[in-house]
Amino acid sequence: MTVINPRRGPRRRHVLEGLAAGAVLVPSARATEAPPAIPSWMQAQGADVNAHPYGQPAAFEAEVVRERMKSRTLTAGASFTPLQHLHGTITPNGLFYERDHGGVPTIGPAAYRLLVDGMVDRPMIFTLSDLKRLPAVSARHFMECSGNSGTEWTKPTGRTVQETHGLLSCSEWTGTKLEIVLGIAGVKPGAGWCVAEGGDAAALDRSIPLEHALKIGAMLAYAQNGEALRPEQGYPVRLVLPGFEGNTNIKWLRHLELRRGPAMSKEETAYYTELLPDGKAEQFNFVMRAKSVITYPSGSQKLDGTGFYEISGLAWSGSGRIKAVDVSVDGGKTWQPATLQGPIEPICLTRFRLPWRWNGGSAVLQSRAVDETGYVQPTLKSLVGQYGLHAHYHNNAIQSWQVETSGDVINVHA
Amino acid sequence: MCTPKWFVFAAFCLAPGLGLAATPQIPARDYDVGTPATDAQMKAWDIIVGPEGRNLPDGSGTPVAGKAIYDQQCAACHGDAGQGGTGPRLVGGIGSLATAKPIKDVGSYWPYATTLFDYIRRAMPFSNPQSLTNDQVYAVSAYILKMNGIIPDDAVMDRRTLPMVEMPNRNGFVSMIGASVVTGK
Ligand code: HEC
Repeated sequence: MTVINPRRGPRRRHVLEGLAAGAVLVPSARATEAPPAIPSWMQAQGADVNAHPYGQPAAFEAEVVRERMKSRTLTAGASFTPLQHLHGTITPNGLFYERDHGGVPTIGPAAYRLLVDGMVDRPMIFTLSDLKRLPAVSARHFMECSGNSGTEWTKPTGRTVQETHGLLSCSEWTGTKLEIVLGIAGVKPGAGWCVAEGGDAAALDRSIPLEHALKIGAMLAYAQNGEALRPEQGYPVRLVLPGFEGNTNIKWLRHLELRRGPAMSKEETAYYTELLPDGKAEQFNFVMRAKSVITYPSGSQKLDGTGFYEISGLAWSGSGRIKAVDVSVDGGKTWQPATLQGPIEPICLTRFRLPWRWNGGSAVLQSRAVDETGYVQPTLKSLVGQYGLHAHYHNNAIQSWQVETSGDVINVHA
Repeated sequence: MCTPKWFVFAAFCLAPGLGLAATPQIPARDYDVGTPATDAQMKAWDIIVGPEGRNLPDGSGTPVAGKAIYDQQCAACHGDAGQGGTGPRLVGGIGSLATAKPIKDVGSYWPYATTLFDYIRRAMPFSNPQSLTNDQVYAVSAYILKMNGIIPDDAVMDRRTLPMVEMPNRNGFVSMIGASVVTGK
């Protein structure tokens, strides 16, 4: 009986084939070229154990990164989450969207302090270890900048879902509840608002209605998806206000001041207010209304021939749970209920899916979310009817992706 | 009445849109965690100015003094006439809000002059925030208000007068508190 070294023959063949084809030794993805050929990565040791003490994505995923929007300075601007490349509902920490007004400060844990003052019985200063000693909670919540989709009011602008909807991410947050910290300081009667201020070069501050904040489980978060907050997410501590517009979730939190009324800071008057056609503006529209978007197939992707595809996307509401998502492949003429991936949690991204066969014709894909309050995601037309074209913030309109006969997917207003 | 026309009574100007809200019941916590803050610490920490003028510091400034500071420390980014550049425009939008091309700037859109002091003190000049003295912040705020034609050349801005400046869009905002459904958890 001849013992054949199973490696020798095939390995030689593999090399020769590669050379004959004049190609580098990159294995083809074609199923026909799998066994009996033994791939090179089975014929040598792989990378060292713990080669990257902090694990890295596969080298092939290098295009899955945040994208900066053009802005006038390098430190006041935003970066967008690549939703078209993500699965499930949790955003990897390095891909969580970012909106900064004065750059990302470097604050060491020992230097961190939080002052709680104003209309309180006992003004208090907390260190990071103080906050970590207090009872903790964890909860999964989305966060969305109210400027998300702000480019899409008048004409389709973003090429990808990253550009149209990428100011949206979702994490499991861990921290101590705002009500615990306020309970230590003792809130005086008459205090209805809490100004939260960040420790960045913009010292960005927003006034928060206390009653709402406590009802939604406001949290002083120091961890995100199991690890400490990333610097661009507010390391070491940020406010998390589930369902409130992203700007209110103050990063690098340094100060909570209890007040009778709002401070009327720049960010809650000059910005984050919605200008209506009559020249008046809505202010303190905190809650992100129900919204959804198809992430696959989505803008700039290309369908690889006719046949089966599973349409997949995300739905969310700042008011609670997603109750239903309907999907249309004919620009809103007919709708079919999508399957929701459980568990469906309040104020959290919910993944929806719908099987679809592409017959090669032109199609317009849309999704429409309904939340537990019965609120139905509006069409762009009805939203513009209500707000005009200059509100900028809170565009939660139904998104349309056109599949062309070539298989190319493009952003359209339908 | 001897009050100049750009002054209104504080009680009147603070009534609309103040958004008074109820104080929720918060259980007291006795964890023995955290350190009581001293008055000196709170004073040094607190840069939040409210529309009623709370926490506006001593000091004062005029548009004339403000122009010198503006030309030197602000114009490079906001334009020599406030027309904008690397930073947003600061003038020119008054009367445009209800048109097809609304311009939201300090003069046309901001409801409170106190916000201007508060924001400049906390965040400007962009590359060197919190470097101006309180007199300088009053002065450069005064100059921006003057560029917008909101206060006269010789107006003195201080902790008393600034909250009384009547901004053109003072009553332009509708508070949406309570309009959104919050189901809670
Ligand atoms: C290096 C450039 C630069 C300089 C110098 C600068 N600013 Fe700014 N300014 C900016 C930028 C950028 C913003 C917008 C910041 C943001 O996006 O949050 C801004 C915003 C502002 C705003 C808010 C305007 C609006 O409508 O959004 C005011 C008011 C302002 N600056 C005043 C000043 C004053 C007063 C000075 C001088 C003391 C000054 N700035 C110096 C870049 C600058």
